[in-house]
Amino acid sequence: MTLVELFKTVFFGIPIGITIIDVVGYVARVDGVSMQPVLNPGAGKGHDYVFLKKSSHFNRGDVVCLYSPRDKDQKLIKRVIALEGDTVKTLTYKHSSVTIPVGHCWVEGDNASNSMDSNLFGPIALACLTATATSIVWPPSRWQFVKSFVPEHRIPENFRIRSRD
Amino acid sequence: MVWNTVKTTVKVGCLFHVIFEHVTDVVWCRGPSMEPTIWSDNVVLCDHITPRYRGIRTGDIVISKSVTKPDVNVCKRVKGVPGDYIVTGYSFLRVPTGHVWLEGDNKQNSTDSRTYGPVPQALLRGRVVCRIWPLTEFRVFSNVD
Repeated sequence: MTLVELFKTVFFGIPIGITIIDVVGYVARVDGVSMQPVLNPGAGKGHDYVFLKKSSHFNRGDVVCLYSPRDKDQKLIKRVIALEGDTVKTLTYKHSSVTIPVGHCWVEGDNASNSMDSNLFGPIALACLTATATSIVWPPSRWQFVKSFVPEHRIPENFRIRSRD
Repeated sequence: MVWNTVKTTVKVGCLFHVIFEHVTDVVWCRGPSMEPTIWSDNVVLCDHITPRYRGIRTGDIVISKSVTKPDVNVCKRVKGVPGDYIVTGYSFLRVPTGHVWLEGDNKQNSTDSRTYGPVPQALLRGRVVCRIWPLTEFRVFSNVD
């Protein structure tokens, strides 16, 4: 009888866990220095763990988790700089200025000099984006929400023109 | 009594979510882009396991998220995997690492990689195995036709 109970718990428990991960979100460890100083601020101080909330709508400035376009098994964490229709001045990309095509976005790490981002890949399909990083959950000394903002010098060109009027 | 009903609904709902998301899925195909292999309003069975463990091969029919519309799925055939050369007009293009080249079988009426370029493999959702509706036209798709 107990064996049957155990089997039933596992049989339904695993799908419930997977569904929560797929629909609500999950906690993940941040590797690398590309999002310094917001995530993993100091070398040798260990890793930050962030809560990634599943979403399908993204705003400029959000810190997002996405599949690398070069490798489907690698996930990246970057900041959305521009959405479709925006014009961005690139940093190290092959064109100095890019207008983002329909259904794409431009993502960059905050630590631009040490980041694998749109300056390497080009505009990224929004379908590659899976989740938004909402807060740092571990270690306790780092408990905080992740703020959504676009660095002043990275605001897309079309917004600069509009704000000057 | 109510509590038990809620519990059962959640359990069964989650079980179906996992099956449809990670094991196998039924997809209603609309649009002419895969004619004459798949007609509009055909229902096909999509397999989420082989792309993950065996990988995608040239000739497979796949369901992929659209590059231009993130909420829309498209059904196309894989024409090239990383390293393959694709003829586009008068020039050659190499499929980059981590991407695939997708084309519809109905070349005159398909929006595919010829329009939007190579597609990241992360967007592929599954491989189309067979047509299950209409029942009289049941057919297993191979990757050579």
